[in-house]
Parts: sequence; structure tokens; C-alpha cells
Amino acid sequence: MGLKLEQITLRFAGNTVLDKVDFTVADSAIASLIGPNGAGKTSLFNSITGFYRPQEGNVNFNGESLMGRKPHKVTKAGIARTFQNVRLFREMSVLENVMSGMHCRTSSGAISAILRTPGQRAEEKHILEVCEDCLDFVGIVREKDRLATNLAYGHQRLVEIARALATQPKLLLLDEPAAGLNSAEKDSLVELIQRIRDDRGISVLLIEHDMSLVMKVSEHIHVLDHGRMIAAGTAREVQSDPKVIEAYLGQDDEELAL
Amino acid sequence: MAVNTVSNPTSRVDRLYAWFDPPGRRWTAYALVLAFLVTGPLYMSNYAMVIMTNALLYVVLALGLNTVVGYAGLLDLGYAAFFAVGAYTTGILTQEFGVNFWLTIPFAVVAATCAGIIIGGPTLRLRSDYLAIVTLGFGEIVRIAARNLEITGRASGLSGIPNPSLFGWEISGPTAFYYVFAILAVIACVSSVRLLHSRLGRAWLYVRHDEDAAEAMGIDRVKVKLAAYITGAIYGSIGGVFFAVNLGSISPPSFSFQQSVLILMAVILGGMGKIPGVIVGAFIVILGPELLRDIGSLRLLVFAVILLLIMLFRPSGIWPSRRS
Repeated sequence: MGLKLEQITLRFAGNTVLDKVDFTVADSAIASLIGPNGAGKTSLFNSITGFYRPQEGNVNFNGESLMGRKPHKVTKAGIARTFQNVRLFREMSVLENVMSGMHCRTSSGAISAILRTPGQRAEEKHILEVCEDCLDFVGIVREKDRLATNLAYGHQRLVEIARALATQPKLLLLDEPAAGLNSAEKDSLVELIQRIRDDRGISVLLIEHDMSLVMKVSEHIHVLDHGRMIAAGTAREVQSDPKVIEAYLGQDDEELAL
Repeated sequence: MAVNTVSNPTSRVDRLYAWFDPPGRRWTAYALVLAFLVTGPLYMSNYAMVIMTNALLYVVLALGLNTVVGYAGLLDLGYAAFFAVGAYTTGILTQEFGVNFWLTIPFAVVAATCAGIIIGGPTLRLRSDYLAIVTLGFGEIVRIAARNLEITGRASGLSGIPNPSLFGWEISGPTAFYYVFAILAVIACVSSVRLLHSRLGRAWLYVRHDEDAAEAMGIDRVKVKLAAYITGAIYGSIGGVFFAVNLGSISPPSFSFQQSVLILMAVILGGMGKIPGVIVGAFIVILGPELLRDIGSLRLLVFAVILLLIMLFRPSGIWPSRRS
């Protein structure tokens, strides 16, 4: 069970971005995907979530194949994501942003909305409750009525996580959740990721460049370089793997942010 | 599509609107508007009432187009086509087949849904400029088809569409139709407000703001956009149904590109996506030229200058986006 990628190959105009990637995330695990810039980490996320269509291989989630599914169907199957550059809905409140996550778990249509049927009203109430609960969980329920894009950057990232949680996922993909956060915010992010798994039973897979955060939070680390999975294991195993050291030493110093 | 710029919140107009913020004042304003609508015929001449009826029709049409353009962010330059679909469905069914007027409404809704899918389906992957051209073409196709088909009465159109009756009472004359359109406009407003504050209404806004993020949240963009086209088409079609019985005759020039532009103008002028703004916009595009009638042949020129000035000073529409 969990997420299982088999021999995923993704090419763009002859460039092989992902090369026969095998990869698993167990149920209720916290795993990280690391690698130098351009290694193909976000491409791998996009391949899992249906934004990219790998030419070969298979994405399996809890026994279901997700290959060729559109992104909204992948979300419905239980995989939610955040984006590397925060992508909140402009001109909408924090709460309205989070409410987008409940779309795929609800069903009211135009006619019931126009007639305000009891079922529709009950559903709206339920959406509000779930979303406020998600905002409370990430700790920013006080700001629910503010315009999302007016929030401090760190809080915008939390809105994105709350929005992903509102889709009621079984697996949460976080694309560089610590980018742009200060060290206090990073500490509470570590704690939040652990609570997501411990309290909600959601597995978490994150892409992250901040190595100390990665080492602190992940139980399992996968290293991608030039589209290939070069190492996998616990923090200690990965840190001492010669292939990983080589991949990083070939890079700029900033990539060594240990 | 141009990005809505947030208007300067300290401007005088915005402060005027802000006065209506407390719910008490707002409900009072609604009550006044409603009272004005109900008592209108008491002090309006027949001529004024005909103009008001037309303005109310435009409220319905503009609110329908607002669903497509304002909520879902899809530019549509051929909206008059849906208006034509409704008008001709009722015209043909009542005249050629002797169907009762009220029974033509479901047919018009079904026809509009089909038209919405026909125009929506193939164009969903297109963005702004391309979408504008395809919808413009669609509008012209419908008008030219109506001009050339036997069943739509070719260039002379259909005439002698009978007045509808309700519980044995025949709806005829300016006052009766004024009330019919007033009721339609109120229904259109309430529906628009309710749709906006629903799961589907929010989904339109999500898709307009960021399609990819919306998809990632589990929203099927194809379904949501199609729903916007169909909803808009149904508003337009129902407007057309009542337009046909009000005039008693319809012909292709009523569904020209100019008509589509006029409806779009009401939406943009008022402020895309803002219901009160769109209503005000509909009144401006209809009443404006009438109020300027005294200045004679220059009136359209003066009206155009006024429109330009409005857009210059309030680029995101008359109604402000008043959020912080």
C-alpha cells in the first residue's frame, strides 16, 4: 500500500527528465525527496499528480493506477499537493481559498444552489466546519477572513497546506514548504508536518533544500540526480553515501546548505 | 483578459458605496429598489415603461454573460446567439407548432444547454484572444443561420407570436410586460447571488484565478467551465423567450454582433463579476442613449465619450472591489 512509482520515465523533446525512477512512500510515512537543482524533483511531483504525463512506467496509489489521470482525479484519489511558488487564489479570503479543497468531497450543483435546498445548505455548513478546522490545525484560523494574498509569506504557505488538507488526502506532497521561512517558522513547520502524520494519519512527501529540516523530519530520504534515483535510506545512510556527496559537491556551495 | 486592478479605495465613489456596507442600510436600499420597481408603472409613461422593460431584459442578459465573463473569466463575443436560441425556440414552437408558450421554456432551456455545450466544448482549451474570435464566429453563425433557414423565417423573421396567458389572463401591453421582466430580473439577481456563494460559484472564481491550482484542489476545470457556459446560455435563452413574446415578432438584426457587444459593455462597465455593478451597467447602456435623446444626432457620440471617461477613471468598472 501507499504510493508506488515503477520505472517512471519522462521526456521533454528528447531530454530525459526522469529516467526509470522507482520510488515508494509507505502508509503514514514522512519521506523527503532531495537532490541538486534541476534534478527532476518537481517533475516527479508533477508526474505523480497528473500535471505531466510520463511516457513510461506506472504510478500506483493504494492499489489503484494513477497513470494518465487528470490532476483533479488524482486529488480525488487522495493525493494533495502544494506548489513551490505559493499559488493562492487572488482576491479571495483565506477561508474561501481553503474551501476550494472541499470541492472534490462535495457535490451540490447549480440548481440546488439557486433553490438553496436543505441539502445544499447543510453541505455549505459542513464545508465551513471542515475548512475552519483545517485552518485551526495549521494555526491561522484567526486570519480566515483576510485576503489570502495580504498575509505574511509564512502564513500564505500555511494557507496552502490547509487548503491541501481540506481535500482530505491520504498523502500530502509539499514542494519546498520551508522556502522563504525564518528559523522559528521552520521549527513550527517541522512540528506541523509531524502532527499531520501523527494526528491525521496522512503520509507526507516533501521536496526540500533545507537539509537540517530534511534530516530532522524525514524517516526516509530519496535522492534524485539528473532524473535518476541515486540513493535512498535514512538520514544517516544518505548523508554518508558517496554518490550523494558526489552529486552535491558537483554543485554550487549554496546547495550544501547543511 | 485584462486583470482587474483594485480601484483606489479612498476615492469618493468607493466611500459612497462603503456607506451601504452595514446590512441594515443595504436591506433598506434593496427595499427602495424593489418599491421603485413595483410602483414604477404608476408614474411612468408608456414610452418610459417600454424603455425600462428593455433595461430589465438587459439586466437578465448581462447577469447571464457575467457568469461566463465575470465569474469564469471566459470572454464571449457571441452572447447574442443564446438570446437568439431562446427567442427562436419560442417563436418556432408557438407559431409553427402551436405549443403553449409556457411549455416552450423547457425546450428553450434544453436548446440553450446544447448551444452552451456546442460553443463551450471545443473552445475550453482556448484562452482570451482565441476564445474571443471563436465565440464571435459562433454568434455570427447563429445569426446567419437564422437569416437563411426556412424555419426561422429567413431575413424577415417570425411575426405574429401570440401573447402568453397565465391562469386565463392574457399578458399584453407595456405594463404587464414591464412586470414580467421585473420578475425575471429579480429572479436572475437572486440566482446570480446564490450561485456566486455556492460550491459552483467559488469553483468558477478558482478556475479564473489559477487553473492549475484549481485542478490541484480537485476541481475539474472542463466541467466547471462548461457549467458556466451553460448557465450563461440559459439566462440568455430565457431572456430571448420573453423578448420574443414581448415584441411578437423577431428577426435576425436583433441578434447581431452589436447586441453581443452591448451586453458585454454592460458587464465590463459595471465591473466584471460584481452583481450590483452589472445591473447598473445594464441600465446605463439602455437608459444612457435615451436620456441623451434631446441632444439629437450627437447622442451616440456623447454617450461613447461618457463610456470612455467611465472606463478611464474606473478601469475595473463602476462597482468597486471593496475587500481588504
